[in-house]
Amino acid sequence: MQFMLLFSRQGKLRLQKWYVPLSDKEKKKITRELVQTVLARKPKMCSFLEWRDLKIVYKRYASLYFCCAIEDQDNELITLEIIHRYVELLDKYFGSVCELDIIFNFEKAYFILDEFLLGGEVQETSKKNVLKAIEQADLLQEKTENVYHSKSFIVCKRAY
Amino acid sequence: MALKMVKGSIDRMFDKNLQDLVRGIRNHKEDEAKYISQCIDEIKQELKQDNIAVKANAVCKLTYLQMLGYDISWAAFNIIEVMSASKFTFKRIGYLAASQCFHEGTDVIMLTTNQIRKDLSSPSQYDTGVALTGLSCFVTPDLARDLANDIMTLMSHTKPYIRKKAVLIMYKVFLKYPESLRPAFPRLKEKLEDPDPGVQSAAVNVICELARRNPKNYLSLAPLFFKLMTSSTNNWVLIKIIKLFGALTPLEPRLGKKLIEPLTNLIHSTSAMSLLYECVNTVIAVLISLSSGMPNHSASIQLCVQKLRILIEDSDQNLKYLGLLAMSKILRTHPKSVQAHKDLVLQCLDDKDESIRLRALDLLYGMVSKKNLMEIVKKLMTHVDKAEGTTYRDELLTKIIDICSQSNYQHITNFEWYISILVELTRLEGTRHGHLIAAQMLDVAIRVKAIRRFAVSQMSALLDSAHLVASSTQRNGICEVLYAAAWICGEFSEHLQEPQQTLEAMLRPKVTTLPGHIQAVYVQNVVKLYAAILQQKEQAADVQAAQEVTQLLVERLPQFVQSADLEVQERASCILQLVKHVQKLQAKDVPVAEEVSALFAGELNPVAPKAQKKVPVPEGLDLDAWINEPLSDSESEDEKPKAIFQDEEQRHAKQRPPEADEQELARRREARKQEQANNPFYIKSSPSPQKRYQDAPGVDHIPVVQIDLSVPLKVPGMPMSDQYVKLEEERRHQQRLEKDKRKKKRRERERRGTRRHSSLHTESDEDIAPAQRVDIVTEEMPENALPSDEDDKDPNDPYRALDIDLDKPLADSEKLPVQKHRNTETPKSPEKEDIPVMEKKSKKPKKKEKKHKEKEREKKKRKEAEKKPSKEKKKKHKKDKEERTKDKKKSKKKTPPREGVAEPMENGALDEDPLPPMSSYCLLAENSYIKMTYDVQGSLQKDSQVTVSVVLENQSSSFLKSMELNVLDSLNARLARPEGSSVHDGVPVPFQLPPGISNEAQFVFTIQSIVMAQKLKGTLSFIAKNDEGSTHEKLDFKLHFTCTSYLVTTPCYSDAFAKLLESGDLSMSSIKVDGISMSFQNLLAKICFHHRFSVVERVDSCASMYSRSIQGHHICLLVKKGEKSVSVDGKCSDPTLLSNLLEEMKETLAKC
Repeated sequence: MQFMLLFSRQGKLRLQKWYVPLSDKEKKKITRELVQTVLARKPKMCSFLEWRDLKIVYKRYASLYFCCAIEDQDNELITLEIIHRYVELLDKYFGSVCELDIIFNFEKAYFILDEFLLGGEVQETSKKNVLKAIEQADLLQEKTENVYHSKSFIVCKRAY
Repeated sequence: MALKMVKGSIDRMFDKNLQDLVRGIRNHKEDEAKYISQCIDEIKQELKQDNIAVKANAVCKLTYLQMLGYDISWAAFNIIEVMSASKFTFKRIGYLAASQCFHEGTDVIMLTTNQIRKDLSSPSQYDTGVALTGLSCFVTPDLARDLANDIMTLMSHTKPYIRKKAVLIMYKVFLKYPESLRPAFPRLKEKLEDPDPGVQSAAVNVICELARRNPKNYLSLAPLFFKLMTSSTNNWVLIKIIKLFGALTPLEPRLGKKLIEPLTNLIHSTSAMSLLYECVNTVIAVLISLSSGMPNHSASIQLCVQKLRILIEDSDQNLKYLGLLAMSKILRTHPKSVQAHKDLVLQCLDDKDESIRLRALDLLYGMVSKKNLMEIVKKLMTHVDKAEGTTYRDELLTKIIDICSQSNYQHITNFEWYISILVELTRLEGTRHGHLIAAQMLDVAIRVKAIRRFAVSQMSALLDSAHLVASSTQRNGICEVLYAAAWICGEFSEHLQEPQQTLEAMLRPKVTTLPGHIQAVYVQNVVKLYAAILQQKEQAADVQAAQEVTQLLVERLPQFVQSADLEVQERASCILQLVKHVQKLQAKDVPVAEEVSALFAGELNPVAPKAQKKVPVPEGLDLDAWINEPLSDSESEDEKPKAIFQDEEQRHAKQRPPEADEQELARRREARKQEQANNPFYIKSSPSPQKRYQDAPGVDHIPVVQIDLSVPLKVPGMPMSDQYVKLEEERRHQQRLEKDKRKKKRRERERRGTRRHSSLHTESDEDIAPAQRVDIVTEEMPENALPSDEDDKDPNDPYRALDIDLDKPLADSEKLPVQKHRNTETPKSPEKEDIPVMEKKSKKPKKKEKKHKEKEREKKKRKEAEKKPSKEKKKKHKKDKEERTKDKKKSKKKTPPREGVAEPMENGALDEDPLPPMSSYCLLAENSYIKMTYDVQGSLQKDSQVTVSVVLENQSSSFLKSMELNVLDSLNARLARPEGSSVHDGVPVPFQLPPGISNEAQFVFTIQSIVMAQKLKGTLSFIAKNDEGSTHEKLDFKLHFTCTSYLVTTPCYSDAFAKLLESGDLSMSSIKVDGISMSFQNLLAKICFHHRFSVVERVDSCASMYSRSIQGHHICLLVKKGEKSVSVDGKCSDPTLLSNLLEEMKETLAKC
């Protein structure tokens, strides 16, 4: 997979992950072009389109479009499966995910994606394992954050 | 400090966090840009604070803004700071930001090497994981090289979580640093059998990706993968493996045969559509590569086509699309199997989804035959009428033309029909493809002689109705067809029924609204017509009519003479004069027709589009040797487009005798029969005696498919193509009847009439005789045409570098680079010559560390690093070199052994108390903007060159750019400048410096004599840009070339050293320095490091040392330590050099 984009029906980018090195300018250009093309497609149309020398696989979930670019020989159906699996993961993590969850916790959405895909390849096919890894990492984060919070709280108290 | 902390955390309470930012942006919909720029200002303030939590929060917000399209590259350094936070919370954010915005051009990326290495070896698996994930997004060739070994070690980590990440990221590393592939591959292969399924699938992923690009290197893995395929139940893995086999089979057909069975089993058994689709695709690939030699492959094809039909019939648009896509792959090799599903494909043409319709169109291209072409095109024409949206209609139009013109009009039996299709297409409004239609009209009219009469009549009708075409569609491309129409009517005017009428049509005032190039053709062809009419009239001795025509031209041509288009104007005025002259002659009753016609005598022959390319290289132009053998005539003939119909052109001197032709045809027909016999989809025609092409019409049997034709409204002069369909059916029917009759007769004659006859006969393609005797004129080609040999490989393909043989055993030199002791001098590579090169690969790791040595944090880390290897090295002390190399090989750290290279610090080893970190870089100049430190290095390969590496550190908050370094050359030392610049020009520094960043530039100097030290005055000029604006700044410096800087650390064995001293042609000098408190060990280390010597031998407090200058002077030292003093005796082939060197050394030692 070359990259993954998430954008809203209004064409606002919600998440982007690039697995090939490109300059910011090029990324912006591609994003603009793809968002336009995909949004212009009618709902009854199939989820694949040929674009430059890549294949674009996209799927709409509620108000969000998930859009992946794959290479010529890649399997479109498994890419749809990947998108679906990612949505399931988000759903499990946030508990029936909505667009706002992804907007306000966009870093979490990235962390989940990073546990699921690495360098454009699926790294973990088991949903359970992905979520376990994320939960444990979050736990680690919360621990340190709590320590930090309590400390700063004490410090604050003392300061006043 | 504590207060600061407190302050930081209080501030933090008032800072916006990410949620606040997002909310804020949503609340400021009208003035979003303003709000965000305000936020960025706040973030900049936050980043200036020491509190890492504040910084992390700021970076997190920046990452969000980056997604919205704001540039955050200015914060790259802050991101690195957050990445190096010790808390996972912050580290995670730092790495996320880095993975989102770092790319190969990010210059601070090289500062991350050590941080990433530290994180990779962190005890927490999540630290390691986050580093690996980040690295996968921004790995550069440098990072790949420096970290390849670390990642490879992680592939054997105890935790599968790390292993699978490490395995996956290896692919990115290979891409950036192909040299790592061979050393890492054995371990990667091991991971195919990892107990953890996740790791295993990761390894499969990586190897499959590798193999897809360069399959031939992975053939040896086929048995292993075969085993995996038959045992694995994980569909994700199966899909990858099957894809891999798809790539391997073209190289190894035997593998293909073996695969068919398990694949067909999977196709039968699986319920996962993705897997089914992958299997079908691979089976197709296998069958394509086998193509022949598989007795039962038709069964597999049938299975694939069946499954695809199910996909296409599915209500899911995605499956439908993919089914059609895969079908088109089969079509290429097994058209007959697909043609059986024509109904389905035609049905898809009515689909709501445009992408599906386009796929179906692609398929149609390969499905047409002589038999069904008209029917299919008719269907397409109705779609053209129905189609909404010009894109799809244009696509249809090009497809119709493609389908009809493919393989040299192979499928067209009736060109009148085709011309009328083209004419019908001209009625499309708003198409962009007028020129395509025009090109077809021209091509057909020129190459199919028999059709010219008909074509001309149609074209003249087009010209006649030109006002329709031109007026409504001036702006779009359809008027292009008038170009073709005018040319055809002019060139083949002899076929015109009423030339006079056409001539008038072409001279209408409306014509001047057409585009210039079309008018030009009009003007030219008006004359051709005129010539034809003159001839006609003169033959009929109708003088008056002839004069009338001339008069018409004289009256109408001036409208073209006034044209704004130069071409039109020129042609028109030329012709007007000609016609006026003719008029004069006519007035004198001189016959002129002959002479006017002579202007256009002769025939224009079409030239093949590739003809120019195929002109062979002339004899005289000798390219020394043939890359390929010169081609024989027969080969070149094969290259020419094959005419289906007999080629009557006499141009080809060597025409095959007709008998041979017939034999060949018979042979081919036989082969075809054979193929058809093997094909279950092919409905065999009843046994009938073969007939030849040339056998004129009437020997044929043709099925009658009654097509219900709605009778179209007939436009006068514009025959509808539909009529031709009907006519054609009738004609074929007629042919069939006649043939049947004959057959019957013969059968009766042969007394075999008892058999049931022609119950189910479908004609095969070649049985349909064309309606007209049509000659397709082949396009002209130069003699001895060369085949075009295009190299389709792209030299820039990043995957090409990974085309590496993996079966060869690993050589010693193929080891991954490992982190080295920071003081270890690796030699500069000899090929350093050209103007400022950035950094040489071989020394990068060292340099990078040096660069930011000022930073406290870095120093600490380095000390840690120093301690470890020094322990190892203790053992090695005083052992000779061979032993050392062996030792290293055994030890885990795989330093590539380098010949003739010593590592000086090893000799002066850090046995006792470690020295503070030393740097050979010394201060060059400094002001409030920038600090310059430099080091001079020579190499033994270049006896009069040294490279000055200057580290530039931006100390200000401004952005420094357009830096240029210049020195005042002396007679002895000169700066090497780019070619073409004068001695007063500066050399540009190849980078810019954001605030707080340092980078290194290298400059080459040529030196005449090296025996004396010398100083060069120079200036660095640059532009400093900050919020207030930009200023032009300068910094003067004095570049000091010490004699030491001309020395190159060179090892020397004690026996060679002794010989050198004995030789006696060295002069001697000595110094003595008092008041030295430093240990002898450290003293030697200092001399080695600062003066580039290596220790030859050391006995107690006495040591011999050696070095060499770039011009080959040997320098030998004997260093003795007394109570509080050190004496140095030196011997050198040049006394001046020696005394200067010793003076410099004295200075160094005095500081000890």
